[in-house]
Amino acid sequence: MAESSGKIDPMHQFAIEPLFGTDQLSLGGFNIAFTNSALYMVAAGVVLWIFVIGGMKRELVPGRWQMAVEYMTGFIKSLLIANVGEGGKKYIPYVFSLFMFILLANLLGLLPLGLIGLHPFTFTSHFTATGVLAILSFSIVLAVGFWKHGLHFFSLFVPYGTPLPMIPVIFPIELVSFLVRPFSLGLRLFVAMTAGHVLLKVLAGFVINSSNAGVGYGLTIGSASFILMIGISALEVLVAVIQAYVFALLTSVYLNDAENLH
Amino acid sequence: MPQIAQIADTYASQIFWMLLTFGFVFFVIGQGMVPKVQATADARDAKITGDLDAAKAAFARADEAEADYRARDAESRAAVQATLARAKAEAAKAAEGQLAAADAEIATQIGAAEARIQAASQAAMQEIETVAADAARDMVARISGVEASDEAARNAVKAALAHG
Repeated sequence: MAESSGKIDPMHQFAIEPLFGTDQLSLGGFNIAFTNSALYMVAAGVVLWIFVIGGMKRELVPGRWQMAVEYMTGFIKSLLIANVGEGGKKYIPYVFSLFMFILLANLLGLLPLGLIGLHPFTFTSHFTATGVLAILSFSIVLAVGFWKHGLHFFSLFVPYGTPLPMIPVIFPIELVSFLVRPFSLGLRLFVAMTAGHVLLKVLAGFVINSSNAGVGYGLTIGSASFILMIGISALEVLVAVIQAYVFALLTSVYLNDAENLH
Repeated sequence: MPQIAQIADTYASQIFWMLLTFGFVFFVIGQGMVPKVQATADARDAKITGDLDAAKAAFARADEAEADYRARDAESRAAVQATLARAKAEAAKAAEGQLAAADAEIATQIGAAEARIQAASQAAMQEIETVAADAARDMVARISGVEASDEAARNAVKAALAHG
C-alpha cells in the first residue's frame, strides 16, 4: 500500500495482479491470467457453496445453519414474489446466485487481510466484473421479454394511458431509460464499492502520515481519522449488503417489466 | 485508477473468470442446491399449514361433539321432565279417582244411615202416637167415663202432634 516514496496510494488496492505465474495464460488470443480478482471470485463462489451445503441437511426442524440458508432463499423468494408475483419464483436460482455472489464479494473484500500481508480485493469495485453481471441481468430481461411477449414487448416503452400525440416523444425517452439500465446497474455497484474503499484508505493514510509527522498530529488528526474509520467501516458493511440488495432488487424490478409488461 | 488504467490488459481475464465463477454459482448452487433448500422450506411450511388445519378440524370436531353432548343432555333432561310430569299427572288423577270413590262410598253410607235414622224416628213417632192415643183414651175414660173409639183418639193425638 505504501509506496517507496512514503506516499500512500489509495487506488493501489484496486490493482489487478496475475497470480501463480499465469500472466501469459490465454484462450483464443485473449489473456485469461488467474489474477487476484479471479481468486476472490473463486473464493466468493466457494464460500457460497460451503454456505449452501450447510442448508442441504433438509431436516424438518432446521439447525442454525440450515435456518440461515433457508432464510436467505426465503428472502429472495419474497423479494421476487413482491416485485414480480407468483411467476417470479422461477427466477429464485438466478437472483439468489446474484445476490449472494455480490454480497460475499463485497464482504470478503472488506476482510482486514491486509493486516497479515495479503492483498484484500473487492472485484465488485471493477466495472469489468459488475458489467458482466449487469449485462447478464439485462440479457435475461430482454430474452424473457421478447420470448414471452414477442414484439409486443415494445409496448413497455409506451406507458399505459399515454395520449397518442405524446407517443413519438415518450417512446424514445422510455427506450433510452430502458437501455441505460445495464449501465446504471453495473456502475452503481462499482462506484459504491470503489468510493467506500478509497475513503477508508484515504483515512488510513491520514492516520499513518499524521502519526509520522509527530505525536501532536497523531493524537489529534490521527485519532479523529481513526474514529471516523471505525464508523465508516461499519457503514461499509451496510453498503456491502445494501448494494447487493439493490442489485437483486433492481434485477427483479426489471424482470417484472419483462414478465408482466406493466 | 487501475479499473481504467488496466482495462486493456485485464478485461478478458475479468470477464472470463467472472463468467466461470458466476456460472458455477448459478448452475451448481443456484440451479442444483437452492431448489432443494427451497423445497425443504416449502415442505415444512406445507406441513405446518397441514398440522394447523388438522388441529383446527379437531377443534371443530370437539366443538361438534360438545354441542351434540349438550343437545343430548337437554333432550334427556326434557324426556325425564316429561316422564316426571306424566307420572305426577297420573298420580294426581288416581288420587282424585280414589277420593271420588271414597266420597261416593261415604255419601251412600251417610244416606243409608240417614234413612235408618228416619225410619227409626218414624217408628218412634208411631209408637209415641199409639202410646199417646192409649193414654188419651184412658184419660177420656177416667174423666168422662165415655169409651172413646180408638180411631178418634188416634186422630186427636195426630192433630195435637201436628200442632206441636
